[in-house]
Amino acid sequence: MILTNVETVPGKRIAEHFGVVSGSTVRAKHVGRDIMASFKNIIGGELKGYTELLNDSRKQATDRMMEQARQLGANAILNVRFATSSVAQGASELFVYGTAVRVE
Amino acid sequence: MAQPSGSNRGKEAHMEQLITFVVLIAIGYFAGTAAESRHYRSIRERERQFLNLPAVTARNFLDDREEVAGTMLVYGNVVVSLDYFKRILAGLRNIFGGEVKSYLTLIDRARREAVLRAKKMAGNADIILNLRIETSSIGQNANRKNAVGSIEVLAYGTAVTLKK
Repeated sequence: MILTNVETVPGKRIAEHFGVVSGSTVRAKHVGRDIMASFKNIIGGELKGYTELLNDSRKQATDRMMEQARQLGANAILNVRFATSSVAQGASELFVYGTAVRVE
Repeated sequence: MAQPSGSNRGKEAHMEQLITFVVLIAIGYFAGTAAESRHYRSIRERERQFLNLPAVTARNFLDDREEVAGTMLVYGNVVVSLDYFKRILAGLRNIFGGEVKSYLTLIDRARREAVLRAKKMAGNADIILNLRIETSSIGQNANRKNAVGSIEVLAYGTAVTLKK
């Protein structure tokens, strides 16, 4: 499965369009990470736990999107976009969407 | 010995609060400044390493004559938070208005780091097209007014490898 965030797959011709596919996940951080993060808040800097958490969640959302595209018979997703929103205290939604196509 | 009067005990409590406050500021200032300059050094060094892999915001940068060998979506993310000292500085800044430099360097660091991570994921690609940088605030303070909690920066783009 080829993913791009431009309108084409560079070097390939688009044979068929399947419309929008999307994947999302809502994640909350767990207490241990939260405590570590509040310590880190005194010193400042990168919160590695959160970085990993969001990275993993985004991968999961992407996997869901790819699964949907695969079921449609697509082999590439164009114009992929990521969106993040905080839905409630301590939980964020990671949403990813794109256009499923078949390329040759 | 006489029991301390009520007002004395109140003063002691105030002193304790003040000491905690000063200690937190000191830790925030020294550790935060040291971490920041270390981080900037490492960012500058890695940016030099990736000079041969440009990231552009253009969507169609490629020449028709160039043959493409592979395409991949690359991304990098960073979550950062403010230190105690900077938070106080920014709080003071809220009174007079103006540019909040302490936030500026933090977010700048996070952005450059995120782009570097995306480039690292690209491996030996030749160019990253349509680079996008997205910033969102997450964490406990995200929905509270006047509070910057943790900030996530996500950089993503399409890495293209050309046939040599």
